[in-house]
Amino acid sequence: MSELEVLETGPLSLIQDLGRPGYLSSGVGVSGAADRGSARLANRLVGNDENGACIEVLMGGLALRARAVTTVAVTGAPATALLDGIPMGHTSVIVMEPGQTLRLQYAQVGLRSYVAVRGGLAVPDVLGSRSTDTLSGIGPEALKPNDVLPVGTWTRNFPNVDVAPLPAMDPGPLSVRVIGGPRDDWFTNPDALTTGVWAVSPDTDRIGARLNRHADAPALHRRSETELPTEGVALGSIQVPPSGQPVVFLADHPISGGYPVIGVVADEDIDRIAQARPGQLIRFITA
Amino acid sequence: MSTPTRILPAGDRALLVELDSEPLVVSLTERLRRTPVPGMEDVLPAARTVLVTTTPRTDLDEVRRALRTLTVDLEAHDRIGAPEFEPVTIPVRYDGADLADVAGLLRMSREDVIAAHTSATWRCVFIGFAPGFGYLSCGDDRLTVPRRAQSRTVVPAGSVALAGGYGAVYPRSSPGGWQIIGTTDSPMWNLDAQPPALLQPGRRVRFVDEDTL
Repeated sequence: MSELEVLETGPLSLIQDLGRPGYLSSGVGVSGAADRGSARLANRLVGNDENGACIEVLMGGLALRARAVTTVAVTGAPATALLDGIPMGHTSVIVMEPGQTLRLQYAQVGLRSYVAVRGGLAVPDVLGSRSTDTLSGIGPEALKPNDVLPVGTWTRNFPNVDVAPLPAMDPGPLSVRVIGGPRDDWFTNPDALTTGVWAVSPDTDRIGARLNRHADAPALHRRSETELPTEGVALGSIQVPPSGQPVVFLADHPISGGYPVIGVVADEDIDRIAQARPGQLIRFITA
Repeated sequence: MSTPTRILPAGDRALLVELDSEPLVVSLTERLRRTPVPGMEDVLPAARTVLVTTTPRTDLDEVRRALRTLTVDLEAHDRIGAPEFEPVTIPVRYDGADLADVAGLLRMSREDVIAAHTSATWRCVFIGFAPGFGYLSCGDDRLTVPRRAQSRTVVPAGSVALAGGYGAVYPRSSPGGWQIIGTTDSPMWNLDAQPPALLQPGRRVRFVDEDTL
C-alpha cells in the first residue's frame, strides 16, 4: 500500500468523503465535504469513486510528500499547487514521483480546497464514512505534520481528462436560492431575508456560515419569543437566533435545534456558501 | 383537542412533519424506519416533529403525498405501529452531585426522587445535543427541574441527569448544564454496536437503583 507523508497542514486540513447518512436517529449528522461538488470532481479526476476519502484544506498551506508514484488532483478554492516548486494547473491531474512534494499556496478566493488521491485515503472508517465531523468529534483527527496517510486501491477507471475546465470562483456577492420555511411564519417580516445583502462573519466554520447584515437592509424580527420545541434541521437551514443574525447550517451542523428556521438554501447552492469567505456578500433569492 | 398534522417545507431535500402528539412522532418514525417512503434518506424525530430527508432529485411532492397518507392512517388506527420492545434497563448509583439540590427544588426527599426516577417508565423521545444523547420523557411532572444556573465544563460519561422535564444519560464526557443525580456503567454510545446508540427514539427505559440489586 502506498502512503503520503504530511509535512504541513495550513490552518486546518481534514479527511472528508461524502459523509455518513443514515444515523440521524442515533444523534449523528451526515458531515462530509463542505463543498461536495468539489470533492466529487477531485475524485473523478483521479479515477476514484465520487465518495472516496480526500483532504479538505482550509485556505491552503498543505504540503504532502509521496512515497510512491501517486496521482492527485486539487479542486475547490484555487490554492496554487506547487510540485517541487513548479506550479500545476488547478483542477488538473498531477502525478507525483516518489519523494516529490506537493505544496498548496494560500487561496486568494474561496475557503476550501480538495486534494483527492488516486485510490482514496485508506484511513479506518467510522459508521461507514471516513469524514471528520468537527461537531460530534467522530471520524479521523485533523491532519498534523508527520502523519502518514495510507492510500487505498479503490479506483474505478483511469483518469481520462488532464484538466476540468471550470469557471473561476467568484469573490463578489453570491446569489443563493432559498426555499421558505419551515418556520418563516415565526417572523413579522420574512421577506427581509431576501431584501438587501448579508455579509459572511469571521466566525464561520464547518458547522455554519454566520451572517451579519450589510448596509442598512432591514433586520429580521421574531413574532414572539416563545420557545420552539427542539426539531430536526436540514443541511442548508437558515436558523435565526434572537440576535437576528442568521446561521446557514453547513456539513457539521447540529441535527436539531430550538431556534426557528426561516428558510433552507437550495441543495445545489450549499457548496457555494461553504466556499464563501468572511466578508463576502450573500444575496438570498426566492427559489 | 388535537391539531392537524402539518407537512412543512424544509428545503429541496427534506420535509418537516409536525404532529399532534409524542406517540404519533414515535409511531411515524417507527413506520418510516421499517418501510421508508421512496426517496427517503433518513428520518429524525424530535419533540413534536419528524424530519424526513431525501436523496438528491427526489420529487418532494410525492414524498409529501406518501407522508400525508401515512399520517392519516396512523391517526385513524389510534397510533398502532410502534412495536413494544422490552424496556432497556439501566442500573444507577444515585450518587450525583446535584441529587440534594434536585430534592430541594422538588420539595421531596432524596429517597422520593430516587423512587420516582426508578418507578417511572421513560421513553426516548429523540436524540439531540450529542451522538447517543437521548431525551427521555416519563409523564411524571414531579421530576421537572430546570437546568443548572451554571453549566459544567465537564460532565463525565454515564452521568444520569434531569432537566426541563426530560431525563438523560450523558453518552460521553462533555460540557453540560443538566442536574446530575447518579451514575451508570451502561455504555450509551458504542461505535462497534449497530446501532451505536443504546437508546433509539421510541425505546422505553427503566432505571434501577444499584443499591437494591
